[in-house]
Amino acid sequence: MEDLRFQHRVRTRAGGTRQSAIVGVVASGNLEVLVERVLPDAECALDIKTAAIGFGEVWTAVVGDFVERYSPGGLRFSINDGGARPDTVSLRLAQAVRLIAENGQ
Amino acid sequence: MTTWQNNRAARDVRIAAGAGLARGKVVEARDATRLLEAVIRPGDRVCLEGDNQKQADLLSQALLAVDLSRVNDLHMVQSGVVLPEHLDLFDRGVAKRLDYAYSGPQSARIARMLFGGKIELGAVHTYLELFARYFIDLTPQVALIAAVSADREGNLYTGPNTEDTPTVVEATAFKDGIVIAQVNEIAETVPRVDIPSDRVHFIVKSDKPFFVEPLFTRDPAAITEGQILTAMLAIKGIYAPYGVQRLNHGIGFSTAAIELLLPTYGERLGLKGKIATHFALNPHPALIPAIESGWVRQIHSFGSEVGMDEYIRARSDVYFTGPDGSLRSNRAFCQTAGLYACDMFIGSTLQIDLQGNSSTVTTSRIAGFGGAPNMGADARGRRHPSEPWLKAGAEAAPDGAALLRRGRKLVVQIGETFGDKNVPLFVEKLDAIELAEKLNLELAPIMIYGDDVTHIVTEEGVANLLLCRTAREREQAIRGVAGYTDVGRRRDHGMVARLRERGVIRRPEDLGINPLDADRSLLAARSIKDLVRWSGGLYAPPSKFRNW
Repeated sequence: MEDLRFQHRVRTRAGGTRQSAIVGVVASGNLEVLVERVLPDAECALDIKTAAIGFGEVWTAVVGDFVERYSPGGLRFSINDGGARPDTVSLRLAQAVRLIAENGQ
Repeated sequence: MTTWQNNRAARDVRIAAGAGLARGKVVEARDATRLLEAVIRPGDRVCLEGDNQKQADLLSQALLAVDLSRVNDLHMVQSGVVLPEHLDLFDRGVAKRLDYAYSGPQSARIARMLFGGKIELGAVHTYLELFARYFIDLTPQVALIAAVSADREGNLYTGPNTEDTPTVVEATAFKDGIVIAQVNEIAETVPRVDIPSDRVHFIVKSDKPFFVEPLFTRDPAAITEGQILTAMLAIKGIYAPYGVQRLNHGIGFSTAAIELLLPTYGERLGLKGKIATHFALNPHPALIPAIESGWVRQIHSFGSEVGMDEYIRARSDVYFTGPDGSLRSNRAFCQTAGLYACDMFIGSTLQIDLQGNSSTVTTSRIAGFGGAPNMGADARGRRHPSEPWLKAGAEAAPDGAALLRRGRKLVVQIGETFGDKNVPLFVEKLDAIELAEKLNLELAPIMIYGDDVTHIVTEEGVANLLLCRTAREREQAIRGVAGYTDVGRRRDHGMVARLRERGVIRRPEDLGINPLDADRSLLAARSIKDLVRWSGGLYAPPSKFRNW
């Protein structure tokens, strides 16, 4: 296991009113993403527990692109990764930010 | 005095030599090898019917057993190198030279034998190219073909897998060659005549039905969310804006995902009747839900698919069928249809380079090409207009005079940035080039040339290469959808951003695609059993696809 943490300053707050959302599953080649609206509007953070060791550089790139494209201000992501491919990680992050942007509790 | 009928005379001598083993045209299976020894001469060009699916397996085994002092150094000219026996012929010395098109199941062994010098390679062809050469410089002296049944006269019924047979027989029988057919049964009358008897010289009844390879069945249960996202990008980013009605699909999971999204996602987008109505396509089981939902008007097929016979029979409005009710396929005609009458080819590949060249050849596997290069090539002889063809032509050359501007076939490569076993789809240099260097080939085995490719679709987005104006723009458009592969990570971020502003690259969010829709619940069928249900029980999948 490897733990990674990323913190970014972002332009805008993530849309919607939902306080938390969860997507994906913990499985080989897959990942679970819990997203919570708990941070100041201009910040976001990602805490990653991954089964695959030595991929910090790819995570940095995936997370950097994600923050740039979606500006997920105010959100903290807790990720349980079963060694998913970077394209699967990107999809789950996009799904998480979309789900919490929907209205609801 | 010059004689002008030497070949006919030589053929008659061969027929007479074989006739001693036959009653009428019928030869017992146990005499098949002796028949081949009687009619084949050393160095002959022989077409051993290895199609994409249907295999003349009894005749392959019979040929492998010949006395090498009588039959040797043959030049095999066959579209498919599919059975182990096809290569055993070279190991044993029965055959020496090979011209072919496709070698999927034997791809690893054929690579080893080429490196080992066991096979003298003519060329790896596209189907139409090899068929064309049957009529010019690779005309077979002997054709060994497969059919379902024959009558005593030698009229042949090929069943749904007609495939290459009419083409092979045409080239052989009308140029003084010998045609030998293995059949599953000899009947009083055949259900329909696919090959007339005067083109068939000998018939061998096989003890067991010829082997058919199920090549076109993709289990919906194995389709991933990434493939669903990629399929949504293709539908919304290419099918919809161009209004693609006439097309061919490759056989991968990405195109199976598209087929299964038509009745759900396509319906929601209001595209029914506007896209995907006419196909050059094998009977893909994954298309059943779209057919049942009224999307598909007509399909012409290269060959059939195991388990689809009854469904096809019952859906003759959609498929081409004979007076007996079963599918009539024809590879040469369907390849021609795909080349000239389809506005789009969309399929997967194993490697794409920075110019957009693609190949399924790796240094350890030479799978050949199959139909993709004919489907995935702009037809320079095309003259009829259609909306997608004209639109693509206008995008490629916006300043040209409209009345003189050629249209363009849409040639789309689709896939996930990382394929099987996390192997990257995008590479700086194709393995095909390395292979050509090692084998001293004059041409690298490229499946689709970059200058024919118009779009590349991955889960990261759609790259429209028609809109690229320079080689550098093209390279960055490709890098811009190459995800986190090394090729993708070495992109020029500024240039990729500008290409996106111009619509050369379009991301899911640019197309209004909700990532939450990338879910297996969006597939019209999620298992083989669902496909059986959609077909009203008419589809009978082979046992390896049944888990109930």
